[in-house]
Amino acid sequence: MKKAYQIHEKDNVATVLDDIEISDEVEIVSLQGGSLSKIKLKQKVISGHKLAITDCGKGEKIVKYGEIIGVASAHIAVGDWVHTHNVESDRMSIQTEGASS
Amino acid sequence: MKEFYGYERPDGSVGIRNHLLVIAPIDCSYEPARQIADRVEGAVAITQYHGCGANPMVVNTLAGVAKNPNIAGILLFGLGCETLTNDLLFEKLESSGKPIESLVIQEEGGTITAMEKGVRILQQMAQHVSQLQRKAFPLSKLSVAMECGGSDATSGLAANPAVGGAADMLVDEGGTVIFSETTEMIGTQHILARRAVNEKVADDIFKMIEQEEKRLSGAALKSRFMSKGNIDGGLTTIEEKSLGAIYKGGSRPIQGVLWHEWDKFDIPTCPGLWLQDGTGWDVPSISHMAAAGTQIACFTSGKGSTTGHAIVPVIKITGNSKTFRNLSDNIDVNAGAILDGEKSLGEVSQNIFDMVLETASGKRTKAEALGFKDFAVFSRNRTAEKLLGHC
Repeated sequence: MKKAYQIHEKDNVATVLDDIEISDEVEIVSLQGGSLSKIKLKQKVISGHKLAITDCGKGEKIVKYGEIIGVASAHIAVGDWVHTHNVESDRMSIQTEGASS
Repeated sequence: MKEFYGYERPDGSVGIRNHLLVIAPIDCSYEPARQIADRVEGAVAITQYHGCGANPMVVNTLAGVAKNPNIAGILLFGLGCETLTNDLLFEKLESSGKPIESLVIQEEGGTITAMEKGVRILQQMAQHVSQLQRKAFPLSKLSVAMECGGSDATSGLAANPAVGGAADMLVDEGGTVIFSETTEMIGTQHILARRAVNEKVADDIFKMIEQEEKRLSGAALKSRFMSKGNIDGGLTTIEEKSLGAIYKGGSRPIQGVLWHEWDKFDIPTCPGLWLQDGTGWDVPSISHMAAAGTQIACFTSGKGSTTGHAIVPVIKITGNSKTFRNLSDNIDVNAGAILDGEKSLGEVSQNIFDMVLETASGKRTKAEALGFKDFAVFSRNRTAEKLLGHC
């Protein structure tokens, strides 16, 4: 089974390093050690992207690295793909043209 | 107590290598300088490409790397008509107590004569340094730079957390750790400021990152904060991108900001974790941390990098096992073992910490064994600095 990595115990998202199809099940693994749960994906999530490991209402904080990385701009359910379509930065809106890595 | 074996310098600092540094203060004298260095064991030549004026950012960096404890002897090798003269650097370096000599091509009766003299000077220095012996020192004499580049999704998941764990171990053992790349901290100033040792340092962190935002915005480069590649790769917000980068500095209190402005260049005043106000461009970023005294660098990369450095050994770490297999000639540590379930995060942090001490005590990194001696100096734009009131 493919894995999704939770970095910090407070995180409500986990990151995948493979492309995961809708209805596939992923194992949520803690980087601190141990398997946490298995989650069935509601949407396709491609490598490097995140999925929700708890439900988040609109306006709730999205946490990765144990820190707030943004706020849910729509309701997010467990197994949903989490990205710019449903999360907004607390600090800066995204402008992408001609950016560096 | 942990120890490493290094060479004590006249000013009390401790080198982990015995490089002989040939400085061409301007690129006009670099080619002969490089040929001189190629002739003598342990010699390495550096230069900069920001013109022959006495740009204080360039002067401070060149003087800083020459003062780096890894440098056992210095040969200044100028052309003669530049404003950034040998004498200007000589004055800044004299107090280090290191052997230092100066040659100016236009005053030596020609390039070949100057080169001949240069080779003889370095030959003598090489014989002298060959007699220096390593001794045991506590980690309070060791300073380590943390750098990242060519990041991918594994960088924030494995390589940077593993290096961050090693940074914490180094600080806990009394060592110094510097991390830099101000552009990579944008959006996390409130998080970094929480870790400041006092209110002034917290204010400095806000100021440092906010003025970097101003530089980028002023240059109409606000878009640099997040690239299309970042978003396609799965990074959703600037906070998320920067959190992955700052993880490499570990979690310990931040002692202070090392300013690197137009005419100001700070070095750490005590052990612990420090932030340098520096560029996100990898090789010059390592140069500037070396100018602030780091004897060694840890460099994380997702896509892989070949980087070594003229002044400091570079230990390279990837979080991507595929990259490790592809670039195993260059990369020293595979933190991808964490994601493969083969090793814990703590185990890889311990491996990196151990490798830092082994490298400090003399073991060559992969880049060193290949003879890679990258070097570059970064300079800010003077007009922008003037508009920001920095000069």
